[in-house]
Amino acid sequence: MTTISASWPTTRQRIRAALSKLWQPYRPVPLLGWLLAALVAVGMEQLVGLPLARTLGMSKIPALFGALVVLDQPALIPSVLLFLILIYILPVGIVARFTAPFTNKIAARLVSYPLVITAVIHLLLLYAVLHIWCDISDYRVLVARMAMIAIILTLSLNVVNGYMGEFSCSHPGFMALGAYVASVFTLVFFVSENQFGEALVPPALGPFLFPLALILGGLVAAVGALLVAIPSFRTRGDYLAIISLAFMFIVKSLFENLEIVGGARGISNQPNYASLPVVFAWTVLAIWIINNFVRSTMGKALNAVRDDELAATAMTVDTRKTKMTAFLFAAFWAGVAGGLFAHVLRYINPDSFGIRKLAEVLAMVYFGGLNSVTGSIVGAVGLTMISEALRPLEIYKWIIIPIMLILIMIFRPTGLIAFTEFNVERLFLPKDKAPEGAEDATA
Amino acid sequence: MEFFLQNLINALQWGSFYALIAVGYSMVYGVLFLFNFAHGDVFMVGAYIGFFVSTFLLAADLTSALSLPPSVTLGLVLVMTLIISMFLNSFVGMLIERIGYRPLRAAPRASAAITGLMIGIILETGNLAILGPQRLAFPELIQTATINIAGVSITNKKILIVGVSILLTLALHLFVRRSKWGMAMRAMAYDYVVVPLMGISTNTIALMTFALGSALAAAAGILYGVAYPVLDPNMGILFGWKAFVAAILGGRGSILGAGLAGFLLGFIEIFVATIFPSTMRNLIAFGIILVILIFRPHGFFGEPHSAQLRL
Repeated sequence: MTTISASWPTTRQRIRAALSKLWQPYRPVPLLGWLLAALVAVGMEQLVGLPLARTLGMSKIPALFGALVVLDQPALIPSVLLFLILIYILPVGIVARFTAPFTNKIAARLVSYPLVITAVIHLLLLYAVLHIWCDISDYRVLVARMAMIAIILTLSLNVVNGYMGEFSCSHPGFMALGAYVASVFTLVFFVSENQFGEALVPPALGPFLFPLALILGGLVAAVGALLVAIPSFRTRGDYLAIISLAFMFIVKSLFENLEIVGGARGISNQPNYASLPVVFAWTVLAIWIINNFVRSTMGKALNAVRDDELAATAMTVDTRKTKMTAFLFAAFWAGVAGGLFAHVLRYINPDSFGIRKLAEVLAMVYFGGLNSVTGSIVGAVGLTMISEALRPLEIYKWIIIPIMLILIMIFRPTGLIAFTEFNVERLFLPKDKAPEGAEDATA
Repeated sequence: MEFFLQNLINALQWGSFYALIAVGYSMVYGVLFLFNFAHGDVFMVGAYIGFFVSTFLLAADLTSALSLPPSVTLGLVLVMTLIISMFLNSFVGMLIERIGYRPLRAAPRASAAITGLMIGIILETGNLAILGPQRLAFPELIQTATINIAGVSITNKKILIVGVSILLTLALHLFVRRSKWGMAMRAMAYDYVVVPLMGISTNTIALMTFALGSALAAAAGILYGVAYPVLDPNMGILFGWKAFVAAILGGRGSILGAGLAGFLLGFIEIFVATIFPSTMRNLIAFGIILVILIFRPHGFFGEPHSAQLRL
């Protein structure tokens, strides 16, 4: 406590103290406990959600935690709040708090196993929560998948804009390359009766070969990135911003003129391969690989290049190679995200990959936080959810979201959670014996 | 030859809009080292301000009030619209600087770019929310007259548009090169840190930069309205991004460079559209720009700089 305010706490300090007191019983809850609690909550929603919603005067279970209902029919606000408290807040609060000794014991035991097993158990639980939550409506499935694709996209742009410190505008272009290549691949090989003729391979093989389509899309995007990278990284400065912008326009225009993929009308009827588990698996893979990349020697070299290129060279960093690798790596993941995007919406046209998309992805990166994997996840999920939740406001949504982002830029210029490391091992630790301050560092 | 000359005239007109917008981009980029991504929408706002001012002036019925012949009134309305709209739009620019960029002076440049992007979206959506999605028709301020020179038809509108844009670009160039204010701007472009020590308020210079850029954008908007009398809220997006590319192509801090690059972009687009299918326009235009940038990384008139990005 500072000496100035020692005698009389300010309102802010009192609020903070009250919140901290309220949070006190939840401090020893490990991640496992939260997942378990969430599982109970979504399970309850599955079992009693519909009757409860009907009793409270709603026609169905509020899809996005009631945000849509609240904006549509303000009269229902009390019942939505009651629903949220009964279904989510109370069960999560009670279960997380009272199973803490039990979950801590399990977490302590899991620590002694290899990290892979611990991670898989947590991921399975997380997927179970997600799956049951999405089981309520198709709308939730769509939102969840779009949010996860946004995570891949945001993370990959963060590698360039955050970790490398350049300003790249070409991500929609990479995404378009990935989306078109993956779409053409699946349509040529696994779907009959379209502009590409009969299926070359039995469609039953499709879901198994789908990763191949995505990887191919990612590789083509990486080759496209090479075209941007070779001229861009000769000098520093704002060179990349312009070249990547030009590249984005070129890619969009290219697809508008390619009649074989539908021109400006776009391409549709992609097979429904990007189901929830597939997207989830790819998202986990992307987070894992990108997180390892940015924490590797290469990632550290990337940060060194951003902070001082000359000093980095003196420390034997091959700056050009580092930048190239990172840029191509980011483009690959943008391509994969594009492939998934095409197979979730099952319809793409060149307009999906224009300036609007660029603004969206940039907003997610800078909203969540530069140079931070956690920040990218928060930014992608947060903005997707906010954007969906504000849908009833129609076009006023596009006034509220920009204002929110401007405020964030003014008060936290590098984003909400910037410059942190995502430490997976620490995430899974039991919390009951954790030393003070250790968990603050991971938060 | 006639075909070429005819398209040259069209290209000059089309390039005028790019040139005027690119000059605004280039100034902000040169002086503050910022990407002002809202500038395309400032152009759109300028066109709308011009629409309202001219409609108001026409409704005020100056012909009977000042007992002037109708053709003179129309010219007077055009000139007044230009001046008043440029004046009003410069406040829009200053407001954007004050709200969106000044709080972020110490922040990473990319954050300011995001703010600009968001202000642009607010301007578009705000326009859509207030005026509705229908397009507005810009009032006819000049009676079209066609002059035939050696088989090439030139309308008086084209002469006006090209003339005004070249005049404004040159005036701005002279202002930056010759006046004391211009010297302050160039000093700020040269060294951001030392300028305040010389007793120059960076905030004032920044405001002035935005005001000048926005005034030119308003002029571009009105000229656009004269040539293509259809206004819609999204008209600034593509214009803005292309002019941004032109501004960089001109070289950092070079007003004439930005103007020339704007005209060049116009030439490329018009000639591509006449020779190839018009859908290929962006593809070829940006392809050419990419090639130019590969061989001249710092643009036409820009000097190499190794500025450390403040990211």
